[in-house]
Amino acid sequence: MQVTMAVNGVEVTREIEGRLLLVHFLRDHLGLTGTHWGCDTSNCGTCVVWLDGEPVKSCTVLAASAGGHEVRTVEGLEHDGELDPIQQGFVECHGLQCGFCTPGMLMTGRALLDRNPHPTDEQVREAISGQICRCTGYATIVRSVQWAAAHPDGAEATEPDVTDSEAVPSGSAS
Amino acid sequence: MTTTEPKRTERFEDNDQKPVGYGRMLRKEDPRFVRGKGRYVDDVQLPGMLHLAILRSPMAHARIVSVDTSAAEALPHVHAVVTGTMLADKGLAWMPTLSNDVQSVLATDKVRFQGQEVAFVVADDRYTARDALELIDVEYDPLDPVMDVRKALDEAAPVVRDEIEGKTDNHIFDWETGDAGATEKVFAKADVVVSEDIVYPRVHPAPMETCGAVADYDAVDGRLTLWSTTQAPHAHRTLYALVAGLPEHKIRIISPDIGGGFGGKVPIYPGYVCSIVASLVTGKPVKWMEDRSENLTSTGFARDYVMRGEIAATKEGKILAIRTHVLADHGAFNGVAAPVKYPAGFFGVFTGSYDLEAAYCSMSAVYTNKAPGGVAYACSFRITEAVYLVERMVSRLADELGVDQAQLRLDNFLRPDQFPYTTKTGWVYDSGNYEPTMRKAMEIAGYEQLRREQEQKRARGEIMGIGVSFFTEAVGAGPRKDMDILGLGMADGCELRVHPTGKAVVRLSVQTQGQGHETTFAQIVAEELGIPPADIDVVHGDTDQTPFGLGTYGSRSTPVSGAAAALVSRKVRDKAKLIASGMLEVSIADLEWEKGRFQVAGDPEQSVTIQDIAMRAHGAGDLPEGIEGGLEAQICYNPENLTYPHGAYICVVDIDPGTAHVTVRRFIAVDDCGTRINPMIIEGQVHGGLTDGVGMALMEMIAFDSDGNCLGGSLMDYLIPTALEVPDWETGYTVTPSPHHPIGAKGVGESATVGSPPAIVNAVIDALRPFGVHHADMPLTPSRVWEAMCGNPQPPI
Ligand code: FES
Ligand code: FES
Repeated sequence: MQVTMAVNGVEVTREIEGRLLLVHFLRDHLGLTGTHWGCDTSNCGTCVVWLDGEPVKSCTVLAASAGGHEVRTVEGLEHDGELDPIQQGFVECHGLQCGFCTPGMLMTGRALLDRNPHPTDEQVREAISGQICRCTGYATIVRSVQWAAAHPDGAEATEPDVTDSEAVPSGSAS
Repeated sequence: MTTTEPKRTERFEDNDQKPVGYGRMLRKEDPRFVRGKGRYVDDVQLPGMLHLAILRSPMAHARIVSVDTSAAEALPHVHAVVTGTMLADKGLAWMPTLSNDVQSVLATDKVRFQGQEVAFVVADDRYTARDALELIDVEYDPLDPVMDVRKALDEAAPVVRDEIEGKTDNHIFDWETGDAGATEKVFAKADVVVSEDIVYPRVHPAPMETCGAVADYDAVDGRLTLWSTTQAPHAHRTLYALVAGLPEHKIRIISPDIGGGFGGKVPIYPGYVCSIVASLVTGKPVKWMEDRSENLTSTGFARDYVMRGEIAATKEGKILAIRTHVLADHGAFNGVAAPVKYPAGFFGVFTGSYDLEAAYCSMSAVYTNKAPGGVAYACSFRITEAVYLVERMVSRLADELGVDQAQLRLDNFLRPDQFPYTTKTGWVYDSGNYEPTMRKAMEIAGYEQLRREQEQKRARGEIMGIGVSFFTEAVGAGPRKDMDILGLGMADGCELRVHPTGKAVVRLSVQTQGQGHETTFAQIVAEELGIPPADIDVVHGDTDQTPFGLGTYGSRSTPVSGAAAALVSRKVRDKAKLIASGMLEVSIADLEWEKGRFQVAGDPEQSVTIQDIAMRAHGAGDLPEGIEGGLEAQICYNPENLTYPHGAYICVVDIDPGTAHVTVRRFIAVDDCGTRINPMIIEGQVHGGLTDGVGMALMEMIAFDSDGNCLGGSLMDYLIPTALEVPDWETGYTVTPSPHHPIGAKGVGESATVGSPPAIVNAVIDALRPFGVHHADMPLTPSRVWEAMCGNPQPPI
């Protein structure tokens, strides 16, 4: 069957099987490999994209049913080559390690801030609770989203700070 | 100095231009990841690439009567269907494991665990490959499975490995360490002896990216390129050369971005070998990516130790000795990834952080009808189990003596003047200063106040517990005289080239799965040479591009490869000094090193930068007599000893009296990993490990029913903490450098995974003291905690 949808603002049309999952459509047919796939049971959230602005697990959406809708992926977060504040926040606050959960976390985080520009830490945790990160322990993800909340226009031109002196091996520090 | 890691904001675009070495630096790898431009194995798309899917056994133990592949072969778009018999014809049905055992690639005679590989299909796309699996007809003749490790050595037990000639039982090995006689003597004279049966259940590393590979065999020049989810590309290359008979120089292993490893990507799995065979057979590139249930049921796995712990002490609270017997469940094939002379990994450090008179451990390892895989899941080669044992036993002893958990530890710690300290099981702890670390954790926690709060809550009928643990790890395997994997010494190479314009490239034999090597290794070189980290490219994860070494696991990157990076930089600096002496026309004795330049002693105006020197090294001008052009060096670092990081962890839990649900309210982690290269990354490593700890202590377990069905085969059944199950971590640190490591650093990647489970369990048991509970096993799910509150906690297996 033929499916047409807008992906990151660009209309695409492809011939697909009816059973094709949106995650595989994005990855294998469009080459948008930023969206990941990490489970068979809709538990991990590495596949989160937006469908008409709503975060969805793209492993649980048929590509066919996304026809006629707007899909946005992590590749569509940047604005003219400038990182979105949510992306900057994750870099600033070490919100990622292996990066595998990151695209999904970014999409959920951005969607949360679009609805609630100043969430509490609890609200951030609640928003990402359908997603798993095996690396970070989540605290830095919460900080990353809060960084983006605090910097709605992105990074300010502050002086970068220099090295922490705390790294110096000086025996037991206390 | 603050005790917790500061929350900072800074502008990151300029961040890596800082001309610094160590310190908080944003990660060089992040810009690609936040753009969705990471390149993981499943992102590799090659022209004409086919897809492989594996048929797995639904049974834990059964003879294979017949395999009919005709219907699958007839399906359009299917290119090949391969069975164990076909592999046997090529001599590839079995492959060596990392523990000198063999493992079946595709089953020929019988299947030995649920999820075992039976056949594979290669098709045009992944959906068709899966369709074809449905069409393969396998007839099984079921056998009784061995699922209870305690019964595996019974005479009546079915023999899992009856294909091994003369094998009539499920015994793999016996191992012991310490002095049985001396320990018995100490136990006999001790005032207090406490013993406990402790199970560390089977868990799974479950990285968010499952295992997979893309094999591309070029028949014309005989070259195999394998993109694969591996933590040890060089070791894998050698093993493929040995197994498949391909010449090693014709094999290139690329470990691109890896979506988490945690040890689960150290072994070679049948799927990798199948991909290679498929590419050889079809002449096309072939991709294999396992799905999540395949990941949870067939690859990885960790722990599965059934332990009897005993601790002896004086009535005043001096710990005298520890003794343990362990029954180790290795699954159907012994696939443990540990140095060959250490079949129980580094479990020998179960003597912990204490000054003992004696210690002894005996262990039996057995085969069962469960998945093989190894000691995966951030365990530092079984130190996770060792630390859990000793830290549970110490808290159990505190309980028995009626003394405070923290105080008992403070009273028994090794003193700073005892280092280097040789344990009763022969491990040489390089350095440590335990008391300040413990005191700092207590200070951050507000320990006394927490105890008062607990008292008040108890009076009101609320259930609150405080758990303490303290660990010493042995990481950075390892000295090649003792440590090898299948004969490959555990040293690591490093190569550094400084280009004419003063930019540099450093090539590592280790590779990152999220640990941030591209940043920290640039920082190490920057610290040594004064070249800004932004000017240093870190190349890793490609055997064609990097020197040989054993890879990243067991927290070994910083201890081994980090040392190599520092030393190779010093080698370059030594050569730069000779060139500088020519440029400044002074003898080298008159030169001083200031980060980034050599200057004339007493006349700092006269200096040359490392960049000037790099240009001269490659330039047309004269070099001092006997000096070759170029500015590069290579070394292979053989560590003198392991490094021994330590840490003090305190956990506060609340338990719902109605549902027995455990909430980790606070968790305080104070780590000492010696010199701190990038505090931000260290903090991240600790946070991740603490979350693993919550998972193992409260949620995660790969369980089986008595028929051998895996009950943890999906993320609906195998529960991993989300953001709602973990608190906002509170971290701190002390710094006790390693005396033998060139920059004083120790490994930290697994510290928190090792140290946190006992803190959490100790907190739960502490909370349940009013119920008369002395021990309950992980995972402390509401049902097990409820059983404990009712006076009947059941072991998980
Ligand atoms: S792939 Fe796991 S939730 Fe979609
Ligand atoms: S960064 Fe690795 S899973 Fe989140």
